[in-house]
Amino acid sequence: MTLRSDGNVLDHYQAMELAVSALLIDKGYFTEDDMAAEIDAMAKRTPEIGARVVAQAWTDPDFKARLLEDGTGACESIGLDMGPTRLMVVESTADVHNVIVCTLCSCFPRMLMGIPPDWYKSKDYRSRVVREPRVVLKEFGTEPGADVDVRVHDNSADMRYLVLPKRPDGTDGMSREELAKLVTRDSMIGVKIVEAP
Amino acid sequence: MTEAGRMHHDMGGQEAGPVQQAAHSHPDWEKRVDALMMLLSNNKRRLIGVDEMRRGIESLGKDSYTKLTYYERWTASITQNLIEKGIINSDELGRKMAEMEAHAKAGGGRIGETD
Amino acid sequence: MARFTSGDSVTVRRAFPPGHVRTPYYIRGKSGHVERVLDSFANPEELAYGRDGLPKRPLYRVRFAQSRVWPDYSGAPGDTLDVELYEHWLEPAGEESA
Repeated sequence: MTLRSDGNVLDHYQAMELAVSALLIDKGYFTEDDMAAEIDAMAKRTPEIGARVVAQAWTDPDFKARLLEDGTGACESIGLDMGPTRLMVVESTADVHNVIVCTLCSCFPRMLMGIPPDWYKSKDYRSRVVREPRVVLKEFGTEPGADVDVRVHDNSADMRYLVLPKRPDGTDGMSREELAKLVTRDSMIGVKIVEAP
Repeated sequence: MTEAGRMHHDMGGQEAGPVQQAAHSHPDWEKRVDALMMLLSNNKRRLIGVDEMRRGIESLGKDSYTKLTYYERWTASITQNLIEKGIINSDELGRKMAEMEAHAKAGGGRIGETD
Repeated sequence: MARFTSGDSVTVRRAFPPGHVRTPYYIRGKSGHVERVLDSFANPEELAYGRDGLPKRPLYRVRFAQSRVWPDYSGAPGDTLDVELYEHWLEPAGEESA
């Protein structure tokens, strides 16, 4: 582990984190190896995991039904480690467009998507998407029609939300792997839709 | 319009600007903060609960959202919680922080175990 | 035993205490319906202070019409907002005390 510094001057909070970690290691609460293993595990959690779940739901009706009923159980049934996550999957259709936010902090389904993007944690998103979702969606280039209900989910408590985006037209016959490649993090948050290639 | 009962982290519905969609790089320091949070709260240790960490951030005061970055707020909260619980104390923390700063000033380099 | 069931009309209590409260400010005093009953969880208001938060409390997903949450809502009439709320923050709609 090398110290990160700008011109050899550590930021106050960087010094704090390094000092706290060093003290906790000295006191035996965890080891540097534990820290490295955790960073490694986090690096492996990317939206590609969520994309595989979406592609499976698009191509396996039984799995999709289970996913919508018991998100965590369904994901575990295909071998995913969900940790303590209580997952709720909401399906976007021709009639409903779902979008997720945590107005109180930055709750996010990390086990399936990794760390949330900066904008998801920002005041601008957290303040406005509950109040003017269509305006915010438009900033991302997404414009559900007036006949589509926009449904915002505020992760205010213990569940973690994932959008099952609508499968785009023109993708019949694509393999699960090919479909997964179309599914972006932003479509599983709900600010973008999935486009056919 | 005053909203006397609204706490500063409870942002839903407030006026704000366009969402800045550009991502910033995720430096190692921030990854360590994420990892630290997970290590402290996981089932193996349960030293600090996620609710305690959130509450710690909420207690930082309204300027924390303008003056501190997301990871600085988490670092401050984790540290405050550790001090409150007596897992670390201010004296040893102050000394260790000074040690870290001095080490960086002297040219940085590797600290601790090998990678 | 959960007090409310899916479909019930509920109103969020209009109270503004300090502490670690997971009921968003913007939803207090608003009325919607229970979309589903979720599991019961330890109370985060207590967990935040290092207490055990027991007994567990039922959590509900409550759906609100956006037009009933924001007086100036300018989206479509069918737009909704779902918030997860603990039972102790909910009253049957129409019975909320002033």
